[in-house]
Amino acid sequence: MLATYDYPRYAYRRPPELDSPRERPAPVVVVGAGPVGLVAAIDLAQGGTPVILLDEDDTVSVGSRGVCYAKRTLEILDRLGCPQAAERGVSWNVGRTFFDQDEVYRFNLAALPDERRPGMVNLQQYWFEQFLVERAQSLPALDLRFRNRVVGIDVRADGARLRVDTPDGEYALDADWVIAADGARSPLRRMLGLDIDGKVFRDRFLIADVVMKADFPAERWFWFDPPFHRVQSVLLHKQADNVWRIDFQLGWDADPEEAKKPENVIPRIRAMLGPEREFELEWVSVYTFQCRRLNDFRHGRVLFVGDSAHQVSPFGARGANSGIQDADNLCWKLALVIAGKAPPGLLDTYSAERIPAADENIANSTRSTDFITPKNKASLVFRNAVLELARHHSFARALVNSGRLSVPTFLRDSPVNTPDGDDFAGRMRPGAPMDDAPVAGPAGSWLLPHVGNRFVLMMFADRPGALAPETREALARLANGPVPVELLLVAPPTAWPGMPSTASAPDLAASGPLLYGVEGVPGARVLCDLRGLVAERYDGRDGTCYLVRPDQHVCARWRRFDPEAVARALARAIGLLQGAGTPARQESLA
Amino acid sequence: MKLLTEPNFHDDGDRGLWPYTRGDEFYEMLIDAHRDLDEAGSAMLNSKLVLLLANHVGDLGVLREAIAAARAGIEPVDTGETSRGDGS
Repeated sequence: MLATYDYPRYAYRRPPELDSPRERPAPVVVVGAGPVGLVAAIDLAQGGTPVILLDEDDTVSVGSRGVCYAKRTLEILDRLGCPQAAERGVSWNVGRTFFDQDEVYRFNLAALPDERRPGMVNLQQYWFEQFLVERAQSLPALDLRFRNRVVGIDVRADGARLRVDTPDGEYALDADWVIAADGARSPLRRMLGLDIDGKVFRDRFLIADVVMKADFPAERWFWFDPPFHRVQSVLLHKQADNVWRIDFQLGWDADPEEAKKPENVIPRIRAMLGPEREFELEWVSVYTFQCRRLNDFRHGRVLFVGDSAHQVSPFGARGANSGIQDADNLCWKLALVIAGKAPPGLLDTYSAERIPAADENIANSTRSTDFITPKNKASLVFRNAVLELARHHSFARALVNSGRLSVPTFLRDSPVNTPDGDDFAGRMRPGAPMDDAPVAGPAGSWLLPHVGNRFVLMMFADRPGALAPETREALARLANGPVPVELLLVAPPTAWPGMPSTASAPDLAASGPLLYGVEGVPGARVLCDLRGLVAERYDGRDGTCYLVRPDQHVCARWRRFDPEAVARALARAIGLLQGAGTPARQESLA
Repeated sequence: MKLLTEPNFHDDGDRGLWPYTRGDEFYEMLIDAHRDLDEAGSAMLNSKLVLLLANHVGDLGVLREAIAAARAGIEPVDTGETSRGDGS
């Protein structure tokens, strides 16, 4: 029991399969209702795919555990209709790193100003999961089953049969597809006999959550070798409800049971905060970690996401955040396959895109770990040399590595993308997660809510009312295709007669009916690029087109609208075009 | 000041997606090079590395500044040796 949080107890209901077997397999079963499994199930159910989500427990995360949720995660949650985490969490962008008593390095996660979401919010994992459970329970297509533990799996070529244990006994559950979101110790991975290799780090860390009133700024503070915890490192984070996370490096030889006892924890905290600071100990845990991943995230009809597929050290908050990106990447592909609009081979691109992402996260978190906890004399001396030089030299400050915080992976060299044929500046190349920007449009005052959940053709147009009839016909064909591509026109304020070029969103709203569709193009919408930042960030000029994936990544881009090129890029993106760089596995539409 | 102390790591001109990317890659190479060496081996590796890079830089003005910047903050110890410049 925590002083600041009451654990919800979710109701168990007797699964119908206990009394009569299903007539047809469930299209998809998600195993594990942690952050990643919940996101996957919500994503599919929101799009209309029926999902069964199984969880062995009947409550949320015990203890605050993962507390840092990155901007990309918040954007994905916005897409999933779940903005509560962003609203409830403590926003922060600035991280400060100290060596002994002095600040040696400071970073700011806000790479771009004028984005909707901050670089990071801190929120206890139980709150994060609770908001997701509430969203999941509001979706009619999502059947969330608590106290349903998977105890066996038989995989066939066209699906899997799960054995599920409940308070009322075991039942069999047939599924066309299984998403394994069952965590670092994944029982499904073990049942399937899959190896997961990697590196174990010989170090222990103590997490203490304390409740206190403190006016420290909402920043990440990291100490190397501070006076109150010599030789080791310490990390301080502010969470919601005046809960503060303190993370002490203990070394490999520490006895975890002893270290967790309040009589041993409290003096450490007192040494850090000073004798006069009042606080209450809320939760304590000791952890170790490893970095490892599966060789393939797809095993026939079973798809691994999050910690079951890959694990990283906690430095950089790249665990839950990368797992949520896995779900973001997988679900639109799986929905198309289940709907019969894409071949199962499309799911190989999930692995092809998220394995490099996992490797990037493992590399970054391993480098941070090697810097924070040097494993031999030479690396300790180099580490301290960097920290000494950082007092005076900016190149050394850039080498100070107390964690490289989670950023979304740019899916370069992906078979889903169509490489550039035209010249573009900037970083919104094929595979890039889209940068946000302020706009005025029918879905609010930011760009990202106008894309996602479907394919979108974002077209820059100086005169959105003046598209040629044949252009509108071609756009209508794309919008009416089996996998629709919706049109989103981005126009400068000058497209609206009488609009001052410095107008802000409220001015626009006050100036009457200025946002309109496009005649003859179903679903088309027009955005006002209020301050020209969409054009700037996307190097957009009149005629520039971006094909955007349902997960808000750039798929392809051109300087001029060419319906054939868009159709080819779409076919490639959904696995219908076999060509250079596409998966070798030949599969027909089943 | 001829010695460059601004961030300068790149990969054949490509500075990477994030400000820390190339520096972290260099640091990983450096630590990996030491991974299976004992202290004497590490010291030898470091010395050879300094000599190779010093020759690459070449310019004694830059090297003089680098040595001074590196020595700053390191406390000298009494080696027991006295000056024997003259008269001894």
